[in-house]
Amino acid sequence: MTIKGKAYIAGIYEHPTRKAEDKSLAQLHAEVARGALDDAGLTRDDVDGYFCAGDAPGLGGLSMADYMGLKVRHMDTTETGGSSYVIHVAHAAEAIAAGKCTVALITLAGRPRAEGTATGTTSRNYGAASPDVPFEFPFGPTVVNQYAMAAMRHIYQYGTTSAQLAWIKVAASHHAQHNSHALLRDVVTVDDVVNSPMISDPLHRLDCCVITDGGGALVVVKPEVARSLRRPRVRVIGAGEAPKHQMGGKIDLTYSGAVWSGPAAFSEAGVKPADIKYVSIYDSFTITVLITLEDLGFCEKGHGGKFVSDGNLISGVGTLPFNTDGGGLCNNHPGNRGGLTKVVEAVRQLRGEAHPRVQVRNCDVALAHGTGGSLATRHGSATLIMDRG
Amino acid sequence: MAPAEPALEKENKPVSGFERKVPAPPVTPETQPFWSAAAEGRLLIKWCRSCDQAHYYPRSICPFCFGDTTEWREASGRGTIYSYSIMRRVPVPYAIAYVTLEEGVTMMTNIVDCDLDAIRIGQQVQVVFRPTEGGPPVPMFAPA
Repeated sequence: MTIKGKAYIAGIYEHPTRKAEDKSLAQLHAEVARGALDDAGLTRDDVDGYFCAGDAPGLGGLSMADYMGLKVRHMDTTETGGSSYVIHVAHAAEAIAAGKCTVALITLAGRPRAEGTATGTTSRNYGAASPDVPFEFPFGPTVVNQYAMAAMRHIYQYGTTSAQLAWIKVAASHHAQHNSHALLRDVVTVDDVVNSPMISDPLHRLDCCVITDGGGALVVVKPEVARSLRRPRVRVIGAGEAPKHQMGGKIDLTYSGAVWSGPAAFSEAGVKPADIKYVSIYDSFTITVLITLEDLGFCEKGHGGKFVSDGNLISGVGTLPFNTDGGGLCNNHPGNRGGLTKVVEAVRQLRGEAHPRVQVRNCDVALAHGTGGSLATRHGSATLIMDRG
Repeated sequence: MAPAEPALEKENKPVSGFERKVPAPPVTPETQPFWSAAAEGRLLIKWCRSCDQAHYYPRSICPFCFGDTTEWREASGRGTIYSYSIMRRVPVPYAIAYVTLEEGVTMMTNIVDCDLDAIRIGQQVQVVFRPTEGGPPVPMFAPA
C-alpha cells in the first residue's frame, strides 16, 4: 500500500504568539486546532482522527480529546520529539487510506519561555529507567553540546567551516525579515553569526534556534473531503521515517536518519531531489540543516558547506529556497519542537500563500523534513513530500 | 537562543581547579558490575560471545545479534577522541566528548585534566575515574 495521493493537507495554522504567559498549554492546543479547522473550512465535529505527541499535557491524546470535546475513532500519539508532527501527517495519511478516519487533526503547543526552561544549556534527565541515562547524564549532555559534537566532527572530517554554517542562519534571517510574527526579524551577516558568543564549540548563539511559546496544527483529510473544500489542494505523495541512534557504540555523527527516511519518501513520491522546488528543513541548529541536505541528496556528503554558501538557500537568490518563514533559527520553534511549522510553511508555499517576497515561483513540489531528539545520540528523522493536488 | 541568565552574560573562559559537580549515575541490576568495577578504577565493556563484538552502553542483550550471551570484559582504557565540544555558557565550562576505545566502541564522556582549548579530535586519551555526587565514580578521559 502507498499513501501517495491518499490524503491532502487541508488546514494549517501557526499560533502568532511567541510568549504565552497568559495561556495554558491545553488552551494553546485548542486554539491552534480551531485555527487549522477554520483554515480548512471544517469544524471540530468533522474531526474523527486525532494526533499529538509528548508536548500534550496529562495523558496526552486522552487529556486533549477530553479538553477539546473530540469524538474520534482513531488516535495516534507517536513521539519522536520535534519531528513527531511530520510523522503524524504520514500516519494520518495511512489511517485515511485504511479507512480509519477521514479528517485528522494534528496539534502541537508549548510554552518553554513562559516556564523559563533553560532549553539548550542544561542536561535533561530522562530518569533512571532510560537505559542511556547512567552512561550519558553524568557527563552533562545538553541539546547544544550534543549537536555541537556533530558539527565538530563534520568540520574535522570534511573541512566544513563556521562561516559556511553561518550562511544557513543568514538565509533564514533574509526570509524572517518579511514575517511579522517572527521572533528575530533582523537580517544578519556571516560575520554577525561567527562573532556571536560561543555557546558550545563550534556552535555560536546565532547557530542555535530560537526558544518560543505557541504551537500549530494541521488538518489532513481524505481526497473526497479535500475536493469539497474551497482551499488550494496540497496532496501528500511520499513519506519516510527512521530512528537513528548510537548503533551499539559504532557512532558516526556525520549523517542523520535522513539517509533512510529521505530515499523512502522520494521513492514513494516518485520524484528526485532535483524536482523539489522548496524545502522546509528542521533547523534546531545550522548543522542540522547542513547534514540533512547532504543526507537527502541535495548535494554530496561532505559538500554541504559549499552548497549552503553564498545565499544558495535564499528564496529568489539561490537554487534551493528553504524555511521561507524564517524557520526555527529566526521565526519560531514552539515548545522546542519545530516539525509542525516545517509542514505549515511547505503548505503555504504549495498554495502560493507564502509572503510575496519569499514565495517560490511555480512551487509545485515541496519537501518538509523533521529531526527530533538529538543528532548526536538518538533522533527520529521524518521526510514528507507534497505536491499541488 | 533566548537570553541567558544575566550572571552568564559574560564570556565564560575555561577555569582550572574548579570542577563541575557530576551527578550520580543511576545503578541498575543490569549494569551493577560496571559500576562496581568503576569503583575499583577498572573500565568494563560488554562483549557478545555469539557475534564476538563489543558494544556500548552495556546491555544484557546484544544490540548487534540480539543474542543473550554477553559478558563483561575489562577494556584497556585507551582511546582516541572521536568528537568533542566545550560547553561554555555555564558556570563551569566542561568538555563533553565521544571517545573511541581500542576495543572499537565509542562512548560519551568528559575530557579532563587538561587545557580545554587544547583538546583535538584524534587525540590519544586514557581513562580516569571521577567521583560523582553520592554515586559510583564515572569514566572520564585525560590526554595520554
